[in-house]
Amino acid sequence: MSATILLQQLVSGISLGMLLFIVSSGLTLVFGVTRIINFAHGSFYMVAAFFAWTVAGSLNYWAALIFVPLVVAMAGGVIEMLLFRRIYRAEHLVQLLLTYALVFIIADITKVIWGLQPKSISTPEILGGAVTVFGVVIPKYRIFLFGLGIGIMIGLSSFLRKTKIGRYIRAASEDAEMAGALGIKVPRVFTLVFMLGVWLAAIGGVVSIPIITIILGVDMDIIIQCFIVVIIGGMGSMGGAFLGALAIGILDAFGYLVIPRFVIVLIYALMAVVLIVRPRGFLGKTAE
Amino acid sequence: MAELVSKTERLKAYLLILIVALFFAIPFILSEATVILLCEVFCLCLFAASINFLLGYGGMIPFGHGAFYGAGAYSCAIMLKKAGLPLGFAILTTPIITAILGLIIGFFCVRLAGLKFAMLSLAFGQIVWAIIYKWYSFTGGDDGIIDIPLPTFLYDSTYCYYSIFLVLLVALSVLWRITNSTFGWTLESIRENTERVYFIGTNARNYQMIAFVISTFFAGLAGALFVLVSHNAFPEYVFWAKGGEGIIMVVLGGMFSFFGPIIGAFVLLFLHTFILSQTEYWPFFLGAILLVVMLFAPEGIVGVIGRKLAFEKEKAN
Repeated sequence: MSATILLQQLVSGISLGMLLFIVSSGLTLVFGVTRIINFAHGSFYMVAAFFAWTVAGSLNYWAALIFVPLVVAMAGGVIEMLLFRRIYRAEHLVQLLLTYALVFIIADITKVIWGLQPKSISTPEILGGAVTVFGVVIPKYRIFLFGLGIGIMIGLSSFLRKTKIGRYIRAASEDAEMAGALGIKVPRVFTLVFMLGVWLAAIGGVVSIPIITIILGVDMDIIIQCFIVVIIGGMGSMGGAFLGALAIGILDAFGYLVIPRFVIVLIYALMAVVLIVRPRGFLGKTAE
Repeated sequence: MAELVSKTERLKAYLLILIVALFFAIPFILSEATVILLCEVFCLCLFAASINFLLGYGGMIPFGHGAFYGAGAYSCAIMLKKAGLPLGFAILTTPIITAILGLIIGFFCVRLAGLKFAMLSLAFGQIVWAIIYKWYSFTGGDDGIIDIPLPTFLYDSTYCYYSIFLVLLVALSVLWRITNSTFGWTLESIRENTERVYFIGTNARNYQMIAFVISTFFAGLAGALFVLVSHNAFPEYVFWAKGGEGIIMVVLGGMFSFFGPIIGAFVLLFLHTFILSQTEYWPFFLGAILLVVMLFAPEGIVGVIGRKLAFEKEKAN
């Protein structure tokens, strides 16, 4: 096994990790603030991908990247106000099953609109082709994903740390009741956070179609992968999601070199081991 | 007062006997298609009851429980098809195999609570699924195992119905005895307040682990019985969504009640058959039903009826 192959796998592992991070960051953000594990997070990813296929077909890819996540986030905001708002105080099981119900509903609506055919689009022209670094061929689109992932990581953490709204969000996630007593409109913060989370899922959906064929059922695949990322990274931790996503991406890429058939076992095993040895995950706060 | 209680208890017992008698008569009354559907319902009843033992009584969310149902189906299927073992042996040993698997997995799971428990159970369940899904030479991979040979009498839907129904009755009685024993009561108190149970000198974790093993025993039995109806075993029996389906049955019928999940299994499978005969968009309706139940009646069918009855009683007084 030559060094080039290893580096090649590392690059593809990192870019898969970045995609996973973009989607998982939304899930972990929403969990951190509202304490809800949103099963339907993957459904927003899927809807955005299909929607982007339509928009990219009639306009172009970049229009889809700007426009689609905004629309899907708006829809997410409506769903939050209609449904999620009612279950913030409910038990875990009620929360899990309500969001699970949404998965079924959104999947069937997607089926009605976009049908059962797999959809994909080609990479936008500027990002087509590849560059060669030290003998390793790196597709430009993967570099774009890498930049986007890093950008979102930096953007989100400075948004949460530096801005006023970011401080409100952190206050609400520390202690919603106290934040409310101090005059922060907590329900509005929750809606905003939820929309931000859905927006991130939707960006993930849009950037995924040039590399992953989208088909009904990817909602389930991606949400389980996001669960794994968020669990091993630490629920509610943004940096944890970043590390978790990278770990899964790289494990996936190198696993294929060693035991291609049982890579998926490796990934679930990593999740189980983290839950057993360090239940709060890499960067999670103390166990709940 | 004591008389009143015993009277309602006696009424309940009569009702139960009546229902059981009715089920014995069903193959003579209803069509063959319905009888076969009921066979499937029975298996899922047992699966739902096994989940509820953890969920309703023990307060644990077993999101990966599909693995034990599926492992039960596969264990039974492999013994019959590949090893050519007799059916009785397969049905008796399968639950023991899944219970041993449950012991290994439960040992780790009960150390966590709440969402973390659910996630670890999901992770282990998916490991089992992935192994079965990918191990072509042993499990047939995504082709599954089909045309499983069964004793000839089981190809007759009436005999199949009675066989499964009898096993179900025995299994549910055992489970009923356990839930109404000191073990069951301790389990419920652990659900209510784990710390206090430790304070009175009971090792709650051991109780939860034993509950996990018991539950996986019955989940495996349910999966093994399902092979008698389906004559096949597929990877989706092992997938986490199967466990999700079981949890939906439990919640729909009503957790915190022994018969709730059984009613939930009936309602869900009949809704499934009915709605699929009208439209292909069953998941949409399932989602809508689940959404409404979660928002307005999270206590499920039995819970709502119980609330109504209590309300009537209060009005009468």
